[in-house]
Amino acid sequence: MNMSKIVRSAADVLFPFIIIFGLYIISHGHLTPGGGFQGGAVVATAFVMIIVAYNYREIAGRLRKTIFTPVEAMGLITFIVVALLGITAGAGFFYNWLANTGSLFGLPVAFGSNPGMLNTGGVVPLMNLAVGMEVLAGLTLIVLYMLSGIKEAA
Amino acid sequence: MKKILMSATLLVLLVVFLAPVIMLEFGNPAYTDMDQYMIQMGQVQTGVNNIVTAVVFDFRGFDTLGEATVLFTAVLGVGLLFRKLSKEDEYEYE
Repeated sequence: MNMSKIVRSAADVLFPFIIIFGLYIISHGHLTPGGGFQGGAVVATAFVMIIVAYNYREIAGRLRKTIFTPVEAMGLITFIVVALLGITAGAGFFYNWLANTGSLFGLPVAFGSNPGMLNTGGVVPLMNLAVGMEVLAGLTLIVLYMLSGIKEAA
Repeated sequence: MKKILMSATLLVLLVVFLAPVIMLEFGNPAYTDMDQYMIQMGQVQTGVNNIVTAVVFDFRGFDTLGEATVLFTAVLGVGLLFRKLSKEDEYEYE
């Protein structure tokens, strides 16, 4: 019991573009409005669009729950580990141990409003990526759990 | 024996939670000082252009940890609700 050919073709064409747009919102969370939670919801919309366009019984072999469960757990673990590394490097839990140093995301920012650079921000882009992974997998898992518990009548 | 242990634990927890409420002053520092500090020092100290992300992930990062844990627990609860009970026969979900 599929959707029509037009709906399936449109979902096929739009699927990579929505994922790219969601990853852009996640990774530029410290420059533009957005961030981890918002971008994660956009990428989960892409997966749910594929599930809605095709029949769930056909697509359940591709979008398995065993793909998304480790992604969600690794997202939360990465968030906690990045926050715990503030204790060893600086002072206190959740200390921004990468801001204004020379290393990974540590360029200092010019004062006032400016078009930002991606290399700034310290610990915040890493936390954005971790939370984005968690929200992406979590929202898709909610839809997959609900659909796997429904008995198909026909 | 078990009742004495439970009531002693409850008493200790009550004392530990009520002591800061009584002894510390409520509303210190005042909120007008705190938001001026965040607006002035936010871009310099965190290195982030977006002040909302700087507050959410750097100044108040502990609340974001709690929010991520709540989302994880919600997915866990949905997975618990829609589990298979017996061998493909009955679907009990509400």
